[in-house]
Amino acid sequence: METTILFAPLVGALLCGFGWRFIGEKAAMWTATGLLFLACLLSWIVFFTFDGVTQQIEIMRWIESGSLSTSWAIRLDRLTAIMLIVVTTVSALVHLYSFGYMDHDPQWREGESYKPRFFAYLSFFTFAMLMLVTADNLVQMFFGWEGVGVASYLLIGFYYRKPSANAAAMKAFIVNRVGDFGFALGIFAIFFLTDSINFSDIFASAPALAEEKLHFLWGEWTAIEVICVLLFIGAMGKSAQLVLHTWLPDAMEGPTPVSALIHAATMVTAGVFLVCRMSPLMEFAPGATGFITFLGASTAFFAATVGLVQTDIKRVIAYSTCSQLGYMFVAAGVGMYSAAMFHLFTHAFFKALLFLGAGSVIHAMHHEQEMTEYGGLRKKIPYTFWAMMIGTLAITGVGIPLTTFGFAGFLSKDAIIESAYAGGTGYAFWMLVIAAMFTSFYSWRLIFLTFFGEPRGDKNTHDHAHESPMTMLVPLGVLSLGAVFAGMIWYGNFFGHADKVGKFYGIPVAEASEHAEAGDHAAADASHGEDSHADESHADDSHADDAAHGEKDAHAGDHHYVFAGEPGEGALYMAPDNHVLDDAHAAPKWVKVSPFVAMLLGFVVAYWFYIVNTTLPARLAANQRPLYLFLLNKWYFDEVYDAIFVKPTVALGRFLWKRGDGNTIDGFLNGVAMGVVPFFTRLAGKAQTGYIFTYAFWMVLGIAALVTWMSIGGGAH
Amino acid sequence: MDNILSIVTFIPAIAAGILALFLHGDDAAAQRNAKWIALLATTVTFLVSIGIYTGFDPSNPGFQMVEEGEWLMGLKYKMGVDGISVLFVLLTTFIMPLTILASWNVTDRVKEYMVAFLLLETLMLGVFMALDLVLFYLFFEAGLIPMFLIIGIWGGKDRVYASFKFFLYTFLGSVLMLVAMVAMYADAGTTDIEALMTHQFSSESFSVLGIYVVGGMQTLMFLAFFASFAVKMPMWPVHTWLPDAHVQAPTAGSVVLAAILLKMGGYGFLRFSLPMFPVGSAVMTDLVLWMSAIAVVYTSLVALVQEDMKKLIAYSSVAHMGFVTMGIFAANQQGIDGAIFQMLSHGFISAALFLCVGVIYDRMHTRDIEAYGGLVIRMPAYALVFMLFTMANVGLPGTSGFIGEFLTLMGAFQVNTWVTAVAATGVIFSAGYALWLYRRVVFGDLIKESLKAMTDMSSRERLIFAPLIVMTILLGVYPSLVTDVIGQSTAALISNYDTALAAAEAATQTAASH
Repeated sequence: METTILFAPLVGALLCGFGWRFIGEKAAMWTATGLLFLACLLSWIVFFTFDGVTQQIEIMRWIESGSLSTSWAIRLDRLTAIMLIVVTTVSALVHLYSFGYMDHDPQWREGESYKPRFFAYLSFFTFAMLMLVTADNLVQMFFGWEGVGVASYLLIGFYYRKPSANAAAMKAFIVNRVGDFGFALGIFAIFFLTDSINFSDIFASAPALAEEKLHFLWGEWTAIEVICVLLFIGAMGKSAQLVLHTWLPDAMEGPTPVSALIHAATMVTAGVFLVCRMSPLMEFAPGATGFITFLGASTAFFAATVGLVQTDIKRVIAYSTCSQLGYMFVAAGVGMYSAAMFHLFTHAFFKALLFLGAGSVIHAMHHEQEMTEYGGLRKKIPYTFWAMMIGTLAITGVGIPLTTFGFAGFLSKDAIIESAYAGGTGYAFWMLVIAAMFTSFYSWRLIFLTFFGEPRGDKNTHDHAHESPMTMLVPLGVLSLGAVFAGMIWYGNFFGHADKVGKFYGIPVAEASEHAEAGDHAAADASHGEDSHADESHADDSHADDAAHGEKDAHAGDHHYVFAGEPGEGALYMAPDNHVLDDAHAAPKWVKVSPFVAMLLGFVVAYWFYIVNTTLPARLAANQRPLYLFLLNKWYFDEVYDAIFVKPTVALGRFLWKRGDGNTIDGFLNGVAMGVVPFFTRLAGKAQTGYIFTYAFWMVLGIAALVTWMSIGGGAH
Repeated sequence: MDNILSIVTFIPAIAAGILALFLHGDDAAAQRNAKWIALLATTVTFLVSIGIYTGFDPSNPGFQMVEEGEWLMGLKYKMGVDGISVLFVLLTTFIMPLTILASWNVTDRVKEYMVAFLLLETLMLGVFMALDLVLFYLFFEAGLIPMFLIIGIWGGKDRVYASFKFFLYTFLGSVLMLVAMVAMYADAGTTDIEALMTHQFSSESFSVLGIYVVGGMQTLMFLAFFASFAVKMPMWPVHTWLPDAHVQAPTAGSVVLAAILLKMGGYGFLRFSLPMFPVGSAVMTDLVLWMSAIAVVYTSLVALVQEDMKKLIAYSSVAHMGFVTMGIFAANQQGIDGAIFQMLSHGFISAALFLCVGVIYDRMHTRDIEAYGGLVIRMPAYALVFMLFTMANVGLPGTSGFIGEFLTLMGAFQVNTWVTAVAATGVIFSAGYALWLYRRVVFGDLIKESLKAMTDMSSRERLIFAPLIVMTILLGVYPSLVTDVIGQSTAALISNYDTALAAAEAATQTAASH
């Protein structure tokens, strides 16, 4: 069944891409879509019937060289199962949605066939993504990793007539390659040290790696820290984290269904998935995870600030994605992989919903993407409006504080913020709370600018604004269900008590009578050489005294569980001294309420700016012009990169070509060692082919003479 | 067939002889006959050579199907293949029919053209099979001549400059090799390659002209061979003949040059340098590794700013050969397996890329990137093929290009992380130049008037690409086809290399303690 899930999209892509000439456009598109729905159905079956025991399904041999042995194989565990449903569900819905959205695309001329190609790319992407998430070893994962990169490149540049689309596609691929460079080095380091690239072997040797030293570039490092940082560089590229994030906003050049599928719900979360997949290594690398936390928090904040002032509807959502990915990395960085996966899971629903909703708006508005041209669309496209509302309620985190009742984003985002607090990094916690406020502001700003107020822009376009067809509305409906309920249904599995989470992921749990005892145990367990977790748990104990003591006692009354087991047992690994889950549950009330307050603040300000006093934003922008421009130009990352990377690289290339190859090497070799070339050239200047034959004849004679001399001369010895 | 190697080697030469002697006239019929005879001969050669593949025993690391005989003037004729060479033989016989097909539109001196290509095939096959030093040298050097003619007669505007540059670079490199060969014969008393591989050349350090030579004779011999192979590869900084030669050569010439002739350098390192001069190789390892890493970055940067399509691909070839030398001198299983794989894979990919240029050059008669744009609109099939090979060229997993780069880097990482990190930046740059080329030629809107009448690939052109596509993907998805064949021979090579080094080390220590 897993093999069918994996290959159905590939078959769909090939049939659709190559077969449409024979079976017709419509049939080809339905074939691809049908196979995707099949994969989706099977994925849900796998998800619900999966028993928590990791399975490995071997398909074929792949790269074998000496002790390196790679297979095409599927690793089925809870992480894979989660990703399977995320990928296939969103992909199937996006396929369906594309029937409506890609119909009569004004980018194409009469008679040009673009739809089968689009569907083939989408299906191919899905195949590559499934390869990535089902991989049993790092190299196969790398195959999927680069495969999704190519699909992304092809789809961003789908409108190949547009120079901006071509530029964006190249940028995405090349920036991702910078990340892949780190990822590849990470794989080499792992192979060098463990002599294997299979997950099971790597996980088993994680404790040993924590002790080993690796000489890498200029220094001696703790092996596992180097490996984790290198792998994370790969994740930074794919998941558009700070420094390597510049490609994601530009990627919005692609058709909107692509943005929903690839650049919101699935591909960009691959980095988070990688970090979670490598949790057995990450748990032993406090330095690397600290870096991940820091960078994730910074990205969450940075992207949210840029999102505040963008006016292109898709770019706002793109920065929002970038920011939400930062949240997930913080969760993974503080050791709460389960919360990262939770947010990845819910985010897939509500972000795909927002993008597809935005696509519906764009479709209604004749491919106008500037929010300054929208306004008052609530009445014209009511279903789209409500879908977008649900998406916004989910992303901003609306729910009833201190309960587990709320939209999907409420539960998963709060889980992350509490984990950030419990993980002991004040920086991450505060960055995320501020980002939550900004998120709320720009999300509501989007809603108010688009659906409320007076219509702006071209009157004709507004008059003809129309609701989208059913093929587009059905996916919106399904995703809305996910955005509302996904959090409440699966809260217990992802972020409930340790025993539930452990059961979900197949992690063994052990009973512990008291939290403090477990903390002492961890402190005594010096083999990990990392006492900070234990210290934190003590520190949190003192917190607990004033804030959440009562709650804790209630737990202590029940059975209390801690994660046990060896690295590689279960889909995630949480070290015995990792108490972030418990500490997050025991976080003080003000911490638990803070994201809600931030969300309210953002909403109120947005309401004030865009409903009550609509001239205020413009005046504020004029008042704070430098700040406004700084944000509008995305902190000038593109300009800086162009100046320090792109231009010098091209200049260096030109210098090496003209001066290096031209003057120096050819100049030297031609001039000194080979002054003969110009001589011969002059001699044969007329380029008579007769000359050439003469020379060739002399060469033959020369070689014959040399060989004769050699054999005779040699024989004399 | 006991002498299948000789049969395969000389079928093309015999066909060349028939063409040269019995085909007269230069009318359309004669031209057609010349083409068909050449196609037939190369195809038969390929089909027969499959017998070499099926008859080859991968579990035996030694030479197989060996033929030995006396030859003129006391010289020996000895042919054989092992895991390292056998696939190069197959690569050669596989590529040649495609080059003949790609030359179907040649109208100038067709008979001579076909003779040159057929002779070239024999000589190239000889290089990969020769097990005698003199025989090897003969094939190795003589192979220059047909190539020299192909560039010099059927080449572009500056063909004479390019052909002389090509010839002199490679020939002068070989002269030093010849000197070393004489010295080897003098030392070992045999020209038999198998015997020379077990002969231990002195590695005692000494001084020449006041320069202290670590590794002694072995280092000097290594350097002499290195001069020849490095030019052939070509390695930075003796690579500048290649872009000129490629640009001026006709499409089929470029294909042979890139797909097969460049592989002789890498093959030479594996056949001679590492097994015969292990100490010399070890002494020079760091230098070669760094030259490789520099080659990757340097030529990738240069490729980035090219305006001529063929030059761009030529520079990209040099960069890819950088991975090969890096892998070979990593001297471990992944490195050498990867290097051989990379050479074979590059044989398919670079051939296809030069053919891609040929397709549009035949229509527009220009290689200027500027002259194109928006071809996808008129040539969707071409766009697809070109995209596939562009991706293979940047080493996308799932294509053969990935396996070679990945394994060589993996091998190098175990030896020198700095070199690996520098060379690995090549994966970023290659994406840069390859996609930039593709974007300018294929994507964009079709606005240039001259391009509006472009036609998509003909069935002949599709037929040429089909086998290359199959091989590129097949080897990318199931590389065991290659690694199973080469594995034992590389393992033996490495273990001999390590043993020899350990022995030399022990000898030095004993000498020091006395």
